[in-house]
Amino acid sequence: MKTLKSNKMKTIKLLAVLFISTLIFTSCEDDRNDDDGEDEEELITTVNYRLTNGNDVVTLTFQDLDGEGGAEGTYTVSGTLAPNTSYTGEIELLNETESPAEDITEEIEEEDDEHEFFYTTSAPGIEITKTDMDGDGNPIGLKTSLVTGPSGSGTLTIVLKHEPTKPNNGTSADAGGSTDVEVTFDIQVQ
Amino acid sequence: MIKRFLAFVFVWFIFSATQAQDCSITFKGKITDFHDNTPIIGASVHILDLNKYTSSNEDGLFEFKNLCAQKFVVEIKHISCDPKRININLEKNTYKEIFLEHHLNELNEVVVRTTSKTTITSVEQNLKKEVIENFTDKSLGDALNTMSGVSSLNTGNSIVKPMIHGLHSSRLLIVNNNVRMFDQEWGDEHAPNIDINASEKIAVIKGANTLKYGSDAVGGLILIQPKKYAVKDSLFGSTITSFNTNGFGGNINSEIVKTYKSGFYSKLQANYKQFGDFRAPDYYLTNSGLKNLNASLRMGYNTYEKGFNAYYSFVNNQFAILQSSHIGNVNDLVNAINNLQPRVTEDFSYDITFPKQEIYHHLGKIEAYKRIKDLGKLSVQYDVQLNRRKEFDLRRGNRSNTPVIDLRLFTNTLQTNLEVEYLDNLKIDTGVLIRYQQNDAISGTGTNPLIPDFTKYDAGLFTIANYYLNESTDFSAGFRYDFSKIDARKRYNVTDWNETFNYDELFPEFETGTINGTRILTNPKYTFHNLSASLGLSKRFNNDVSLLVNYGLASRVPNPSELFSDGLHHSAARIETGLLTLDKEIANKFIVSLERVNRNFGFSISPYYKHINGFIQLIPVGITTTIRGAFPVWEYNQINAQIFGIDIDVNKQITEKFNYLGSLSLLQGDNLTEDIALIHMPSTNFTNTISYQNKNLNQLTIAFNQKTVLQQNRFPDYNFNTFNAILQEDVFVDISTTPPTYTVFNLRSSAVFKMNKKSNLKIEFNVANVFNVAYRENLNRLRYFADELGRNFNLKLKYNY
Repeated sequence: MKTLKSNKMKTIKLLAVLFISTLIFTSCEDDRNDDDGEDEEELITTVNYRLTNGNDVVTLTFQDLDGEGGAEGTYTVSGTLAPNTSYTGEIELLNETESPAEDITEEIEEEDDEHEFFYTTSAPGIEITKTDMDGDGNPIGLKTSLVTGPSGSGTLTIVLKHEPTKPNNGTSADAGGSTDVEVTFDIQVQ
Repeated sequence: MIKRFLAFVFVWFIFSATQAQDCSITFKGKITDFHDNTPIIGASVHILDLNKYTSSNEDGLFEFKNLCAQKFVVEIKHISCDPKRININLEKNTYKEIFLEHHLNELNEVVVRTTSKTTITSVEQNLKKEVIENFTDKSLGDALNTMSGVSSLNTGNSIVKPMIHGLHSSRLLIVNNNVRMFDQEWGDEHAPNIDINASEKIAVIKGANTLKYGSDAVGGLILIQPKKYAVKDSLFGSTITSFNTNGFGGNINSEIVKTYKSGFYSKLQANYKQFGDFRAPDYYLTNSGLKNLNASLRMGYNTYEKGFNAYYSFVNNQFAILQSSHIGNVNDLVNAINNLQPRVTEDFSYDITFPKQEIYHHLGKIEAYKRIKDLGKLSVQYDVQLNRRKEFDLRRGNRSNTPVIDLRLFTNTLQTNLEVEYLDNLKIDTGVLIRYQQNDAISGTGTNPLIPDFTKYDAGLFTIANYYLNESTDFSAGFRYDFSKIDARKRYNVTDWNETFNYDELFPEFETGTINGTRILTNPKYTFHNLSASLGLSKRFNNDVSLLVNYGLASRVPNPSELFSDGLHHSAARIETGLLTLDKEIANKFIVSLERVNRNFGFSISPYYKHINGFIQLIPVGITTTIRGAFPVWEYNQINAQIFGIDIDVNKQITEKFNYLGSLSLLQGDNLTEDIALIHMPSTNFTNTISYQNKNLNQLTIAFNQKTVLQQNRFPDYNFNTFNAILQEDVFVDISTTPPTYTVFNLRSSAVFKMNKKSNLKIEFNVANVFNVAYRENLNRLRYFADELGRNFNLKLKYNY
């Protein structure tokens, strides 16, 4: 009986020691991890769509430097497009929370079969054609040709889909996938 | 309220102790075997204080006549049992059912008053081993879903979260082997990490008798209990294998038990489960498979006087999440809602790709107890849990193999309990606990952690008293006090902190002064004091009818996800935001249950009412525009709510071989603050089962079951319009409208074949969703994307040896 009692005491003591030691153990660990705030790696803060015709360069820029939440993003269009003109378009995606800014466009180029850009516009007469292709011969949309029509105004929407159905009928709805970028600019042709 | 009640109990006690002397009292009783209810013949019954003897007859009955009103000790002896003593406080003619544990001695060695319940006054339902085995290749939530008043919140078909009376997550306590589970239960898509095969009995307590385990059981308590083993030298085991056509997978579970005459026992159990893509009636649910590996080890030593037990369980779950549910923004969600089929439907595969969850859960405990003479049973328990949750998503730039969420939750608890069993009329269960919990958002995910690093300290104490009023009435009351302290570290977006939520003025004390670019480091600290209480009454009538009345006061501290959530949920295309301003939730719960436990005709009718002050809910509050397009913002807020309803179960023996089982659950949830319906409440549902059993023909059983879930017509309308820039028009986002009524039929059949003296083989053949009905369930978070499962043929073999 006596030995059992002392066994019991031993068990309780053991439990106490276990409990205290884990407390100490985890407290130390906690301190080590005190400040592991992380950078959002996949963040895209900036979309630049640069349209060039000789010396005529118009840049459409969306910028949201603090990511989702916080302050809303800003849209800037550097100028107006000339009517009945052919522009070459180039997309640039950046993460400007990094210094120097991280070029996300390179990631898209590496995984071009998993991505596709879609362009839609409500401005009259504008035609946008994707001029680049991935390894399977499907369009990507990093490089485009934009031909303006008569004077007018409207919106231009750029959508980047991750893991879309390729090939598709050219609309983002048909391509499915998940949307990584969707920005809409007000543009003017005059 | 509590004070008044305690005074009442006290006065009653004094009163009953001072009644006049009476010496013509008869004390009768019946002694039965705890295991199989057979009468124990020839047990000697000895009133020690009076030196009176008798023994039990062929029916296990005994009788003493002409006793005076007094307290005395009765000793019951029987061959192959140790002598046992119970205290009797005799006041009038008394009949006692005395259960002797013939072979084994564990928790309740001698059970006076028959009950299979956790406590005699509790409103609860049980799942026994046979039912649990039907779900060997499913989850805990699937098994519980068969009970009235219990439903589940699903993410796809394998992540199943149990729900009692419309409440889930932190509002349910899940207690596994006397250890309260802490497995990041706060998220809607976080299912409990429990291997259903490791349990012997599962009790769902809807009433108030939950204080022993916590103050926050607003919804209820799920108690997972192990088996007690006979004290004899034995070695036995069983193996179940199951194969299913839907998902082309199954399960193998083996357990082996060794017991010794000395009281030692050990059990080893292991289980492996794998499924590939499941199939809805019309298409494969691409990326919906799963892989589970679970094992548990239990050992212990039990005698009446003392004992210990140790338990370790390991659960590893890998769940694929429907690929079509990974979407970008609200336009993608609109497309998914409008398309009748999921956007990705490929051929069958066992691959688990992205998105997926990978979870490890370790649970270990050690418990020791000792009976102290003239006082009761004292026990000490230490338990430790480690939960690691990794969630993987489709990511850019080879990051898919890096989890987007990687959280490690460490919990350990030390508790002691004292069950005072000295008095026959009054049983007191009291205990204290201390708990330390630490959450670590593991670095390296390349995302802002959804749940930040935090530490949490808890301390609690409780006392529950069960008072035996007379032969037909029991009364219970309890109270509990809990202290919790949360200390977190989280980075906020500076604009959100200062402007959106105005936290810089509300909580300047949380600021650490560190600002890194657009992010501010904060140190939120909270302290909570919780009081909770319960009252219970059990009244037994003739004809096996009893009435139970329960009242409970529960209070729940907001969980880390409600306080700190901050980010995008891909499967819902929404941004979820926790609020630092949330306060605790306080619920008043009433439940009444009229029950008849009888094989020929039994029923239970349980109406209930809950009023919840400061009910924390997650609802859509607006739209935000990001670089990915528009997202609805879902925010946690607090309202006053009420939930009421009724659960009805009926069983009826039609003929000797045919049985009927039926159940009905009705529920209404109201948001009282805004005078609208409460979000995500289960709708009316009912089941009917007809079964045939022939004991002479290999215990052949055939059962046909129908389950109908009506469309939920009471839902809050959180639909909204959003401008689709591609279509250049406003589109309607219907996130609230509920799916239509559905009915599914299931068929079960089984037979048992004797192999030799010791072993037998049970063969089961089952069909689920017999008519291959395509339907969607309102309480499935992926209901926008795909149908529920189609028909499944299942074959199970259980070999007992």
